[in-house]
Amino acid sequence: MEQFFTTLGIWLGALFTFAIFSFLYKDNPFYKTAEQIFVGLSAGYWFVYTIFFILIPNLYNPLTQDFSANWIKLIPAILGLMMLMRLIPKTEWVSRFPISVIIGTTSGVFFLRYLKSDVLNQLTATMINPFIGDSWVTVIGRLMLIVGTICGVIYFYFSKKHTGALGVSAKIGIYFLMVSFGAAFGYTAMARISLLIGRLQFLLGDWLGIIHP
Amino acid sequence: MGKTKQIDRRWLFLLIFIGVALPLIFTIGLPLETSENVQMVYDLVESMPKGSKALISFDYDPASMPELHPMAKALLKHCFDKEIDLIFTAMWPMGVQMAEDIMAQLQDDYPDLVYGEDYVNLGFKAGGMITIQSMGKNLRKIFPEDMNGNNIDELPIMEGINNFNNISFVFSLSAGAPGIKEWVQIAHDAYGRPTSGGVTGVSAPAMLPYINEQQQLTGLLAGLKAAAEYETLLQAPGTATSGMDSQSIAHLIIIIFIIIGNINYWRNKRAEKKGGK
Repeated sequence: MEQFFTTLGIWLGALFTFAIFSFLYKDNPFYKTAEQIFVGLSAGYWFVYTIFFILIPNLYNPLTQDFSANWIKLIPAILGLMMLMRLIPKTEWVSRFPISVIIGTTSGVFFLRYLKSDVLNQLTATMINPFIGDSWVTVIGRLMLIVGTICGVIYFYFSKKHTGALGVSAKIGIYFLMVSFGAAFGYTAMARISLLIGRLQFLLGDWLGIIHP
Repeated sequence: MGKTKQIDRRWLFLLIFIGVALPLIFTIGLPLETSENVQMVYDLVESMPKGSKALISFDYDPASMPELHPMAKALLKHCFDKEIDLIFTAMWPMGVQMAEDIMAQLQDDYPDLVYGEDYVNLGFKAGGMITIQSMGKNLRKIFPEDMNGNNIDELPIMEGINNFNNISFVFSLSAGAPGIKEWVQIAHDAYGRPTSGGVTGVSAPAMLPYINEQQQLTGLLAGLKAAAEYETLLQAPGTATSGMDSQSIAHLIIIIFIIIGNINYWRNKRAEKKGGK
């Protein structure tokens, strides 16, 4: 029986893959059907998952098993219920309170973390002696890091017209930015092709049995 | 000279499809070189003594499996070969199943591994950065039980593990947020633990700046190619290595079409200029 369901799963996977791929030719009912099933299935899955893997173990079980030690969990529970008030137009305003709590706590925590990791540590990482390196490639790399960072930041300085030395630096900055955009595009193309490889390994391997990765 | 017609994009789709499918069937075996970032991850694992305890976070779902599953498998193999004890966790709900799937695949290669002694799956916990921050202070409070409901006090692998200070290194397999960025911000920047990770190609450019003098990240596995490089270092070719020929051919097709597109663009521009006169 288990073998039957495994085979059925593989066939369904293959058919849905083709249905989704068919969109590359043009929009069609097979694609639409697969898309709708995916959306419905995902919504149902997440609904059940949230109840059984988030609400029950993190809220229901602690409250029912040891209320005195976990009563504080009632606060997020009430905030959660207040958030659901959005569903009723007349009580929609109640949801602003939990949203304000989320925004306040999130910004408080994130501000410190991002300031340290993305600003201070990144700045410190560029404050280096570029001429200390075990090879000339390292030295050039470090020089480019310093020049690229400074010029890139100058490009985003809008309080003075980009002319003269500032203009040249901003121009160099934009070239560095273009290179980074190119690298980002390259990585994106690689990622998308990787997904296609994954699907084809499934079709040619698991489904047709032509290849054995 | 008239304007050049645009190529129907469906021809490009077909070419890419064939270019990816054929090398999967008929292997070419194009050379693969190891990049510095992958070597750093490999060296990090190599430097760990036997019995070290590493925290592996599965922060992805099936949508990113083709890229992250091969590197997860390669990394876990390496850790088990080095007899490093692994503590799995997940900041993404489906990450729990991802870890379980990898372990099911590795069962034949490592039949002697004992759950609770050599590895443990603590499961998913919502909260992202807040959860990681709390784990850094008191891991046992955030995960009093593993994913199967076992009390972690009864699991030998969790003996002496109270917070990040008891973890040798952290590795996040990440497809977005919450994921590797949060681990860097907390595990490394707040608690000073060596942190590394594997990411999808799309998110790689955003994470590369963390490999710096501050060693916010100790190496990075970026996309399927990095997974293939890691498999090569382990001398254990897997699905990533077998996909590299296809990846190279597809990239070649894309480059050729970018060149063709640019030539057409300049030809059309010249034609427009001549027509204007």
